[in-house]
Amino acid sequence: MTQLFAQLSNMLIYSAITVYALAMIAYAAEAAMRVRAPVPRPAPVPAMAGAVSEPAPRDGDPPGLGRPGRRLGGVAVSLTMLAFGLHVASVVARGLAAGRAPWGNMYEFATAGALAAVAAYLAFLRRQPVRDLGVWIIAVVTLTLGLAVTVLYTPAGALVPALNSYWLVIHVAAAIVSGGIFTVGATATVLYLLRERSDRRAGAGTRTSAATRRGYAAHLPPAATLEKVAHSAHVLAFPIWTFAVIAGAIWAEDSWGRYWGWDPKETWAFITWVFYAAYLHAQATAGWRGRKASWFALAGYTAFVFNFFGVNMWITGLHSYAGV
Amino acid sequence: MPARPTGLGPAGWLRWAWRTLTSMRTALILLALLGLAAVPGSVLPQRGVAFDPNAVVGFSQEYPRLAPWLDRLGLFEVYSSAWFAAIYLLLLVSMTGCVMPRCLRLWRAARSDPPRAPSNLTRMSGYETWQTDGPAEDVLHAAAVELRRRRFRVRVDGATVRAEKGYLREVGNLLFHLSFLLLLFGVAAGALFGFEGRVIVAEGAGFSNVQAQYDEFTPGPLAGQGGLAPFSFTLEQFTASFEPTGPQRGTPRDFRADVVVRRDPSASAEPVAIEVNHPLEVAGTKVFLTGNGYAPRVTVRNGGGEVVFAGPVVFLPLDANYTSEGVVKVPDVGSTQVGFEGLFLPTAFVDPQNGPSSLFPDALNPQLFLTAYTGDLGLDNGAPQSVFALDKTNLTQVTDDGKPFGRAMGVGETMTLPGGQSSLTFEGVSRFANFQVAYDPGKEISLVAAVMLLVGLTASLTVGQRRIWVRVRPGNGDVTEVEVAARHLTRREAKITELTDLARAVGRPHEAVAPVTIQPDHASNPGSEKRER
Repeated sequence: MTQLFAQLSNMLIYSAITVYALAMIAYAAEAAMRVRAPVPRPAPVPAMAGAVSEPAPRDGDPPGLGRPGRRLGGVAVSLTMLAFGLHVASVVARGLAAGRAPWGNMYEFATAGALAAVAAYLAFLRRQPVRDLGVWIIAVVTLTLGLAVTVLYTPAGALVPALNSYWLVIHVAAAIVSGGIFTVGATATVLYLLRERSDRRAGAGTRTSAATRRGYAAHLPPAATLEKVAHSAHVLAFPIWTFAVIAGAIWAEDSWGRYWGWDPKETWAFITWVFYAAYLHAQATAGWRGRKASWFALAGYTAFVFNFFGVNMWITGLHSYAGV
Repeated sequence: MPARPTGLGPAGWLRWAWRTLTSMRTALILLALLGLAAVPGSVLPQRGVAFDPNAVVGFSQEYPRLAPWLDRLGLFEVYSSAWFAAIYLLLLVSMTGCVMPRCLRLWRAARSDPPRAPSNLTRMSGYETWQTDGPAEDVLHAAAVELRRRRFRVRVDGATVRAEKGYLREVGNLLFHLSFLLLLFGVAAGALFGFEGRVIVAEGAGFSNVQAQYDEFTPGPLAGQGGLAPFSFTLEQFTASFEPTGPQRGTPRDFRADVVVRRDPSASAEPVAIEVNHPLEVAGTKVFLTGNGYAPRVTVRNGGGEVVFAGPVVFLPLDANYTSEGVVKVPDVGSTQVGFEGLFLPTAFVDPQNGPSSLFPDALNPQLFLTAYTGDLGLDNGAPQSVFALDKTNLTQVTDDGKPFGRAMGVGETMTLPGGQSSLTFEGVSRFANFQVAYDPGKEISLVAAVMLLVGLTASLTVGQRRIWVRVRPGNGDVTEVEVAARHLTRREAKITELTDLARAVGRPHEAVAPVTIQPDHASNPGSEKRER
């Protein structure tokens, strides 16, 4: 029975990867169709305010998109949802196969983390026209899952004694959820920076003399929308990440006798936390909000990703048993 | 950053320095520095970090020219270095300097009425206006009732109602920032009054909680030496189980140390199991199971057949299959001293190329591979030496026909040194457990700080502070003109319909204009207002 669930989980994850890859192609094709259509140049106003002047499009449809493009976008989202369903089933089957929470090693953390990222993306998509995030998020997810099934793969099984604690469920789940939301935040931040730069250049008239702008960045959602999505994602994820770090400290106290020992994993969790804290503070500071603050968010995400891949693979520490 | 003062006295400069330190810009730079400063400590080996106590020594041997310079810069003790402390202390001072005035302002705001309505309400982030036939007082009364129902602080003042809500945001914000001061307190208490110790106990052996019994003991500067909790325990049995088959063969599944503990000298003996994640706690001191290995039992006899040493000897594991190395030091053999050095293999396998190693962590085919040395073990010169290594300065390796003498033994087998001066018998296999003992009187304070931090953070990010004004004035003829306006002090958007709902409750006709979208009012964000200098 266990074996059956384990095999089922593997089959489902391969199916999910395939459908995600198709979704990614659909998103990319949609973006390509959109970029071919010129958009009106916004009025030359200062960068931050300039973005607001554009009306927010509805239903996740970016401006200047013809009917075929819209249909393609719809297909991409439907494929994403299908893949998400397969992905959920795979993670659940993995949990049933192992008889525990399915995030006890690096393979499981990667698959569950990717799942959280897609879930966060779909949740944001319901509220904001952010289908443009799709191609990037699904690309990251497909890559992560590809790495998971090849490099990180570990067969389903019981845990080493050090991980055998209910804190694994709490601490790691919080890290996974915040990681998923941070992924949406980071993607939105990158697109915001692209769009903001494009707006600035168009506003300053340095790049284009024509009345229309071409290029990928010019067809992204308005900078204000992207910035809002990035900000809400970080505001949502930051307390969850804080909780993950605190839960980790409590577990460490119960397992190693000290709640903070500057183990590499702890150190990078701290670095991640500090950069995201700097981001939120910068967002509340005139002169730093927007572009400058965004770099803090990206630094935080880099630290987060390094903590997962880099620290597990290259640096030895107490968390090393997490296992490749 | 405030403009640099010119021609000011020392007081002016101090004032400028303080304002610069407490500015948001400085805080942001310090935060970025703190993040960057933490990086080298995760890459370079650190003293006092639990994972590998000898990492710094090993690194220094590998890079003899670089290491002293790194050491001078404090890069082997990043988290207790002066420059790291400088960053976080400056950050804490900067933060406190920023937060204290805000505490004061919150206190005043909570005691005074919501602020007066600006003269031009149309410029607020939300605005609606309509005309009504009813008397102005009714509108104001209805508005006040509705706002109070929505838990606003309300003040009716002539022709306006002023209301404010969401003080919890600022309370949370302050709680979040102040929690760091408490956290510092908790960390300091632990570092000053606590201790951490490590000890290896073999099956059958005991441990008493006194400093002399520890293999490694790091007390805080103010830790009470006489104040160690007076408990003791004996390790009766250590059980380890490993995945026997399948792709994860050899992965540990369960470790369990069965001890008999006396919580104080007068207490009765009490059997307790210490497991990973399940420490033993005695009077605030916790005993954690952090590792384990094998301690082969050996008996050493002198040339006359007398037993000169007997018991388990701890061999430290080198890999996941417990290929372990260790030494047996026997000072009282006779005219000379004898030291044995070698490997213990729980499941022995001899590879023709790579030599002996263990194939499985459990003791399926235990073997002891030893070579012998005679001479002076160096135990009498007073210098402390490792129990896990031989000091070979005054030792010579025992040879047999010109080749180093060595034997592989199964349980029950004996090796006799050439010439018959002494022999060693491999009696059997015991296990040992590594225990970490920790006492941290600051940890409860730190936990309270952590809870404060999380609650404060969540409140400050989820609660939106906003003001609402309702103003009436006589319009054309008998009608009354009603204006309602809202202003958001935080980026967090409240329910967009709040103002519309209020307008409807106060009596705005349904066919009135569509609600104005409430945009958060960036310019009036108290955070930015305060710290944009």
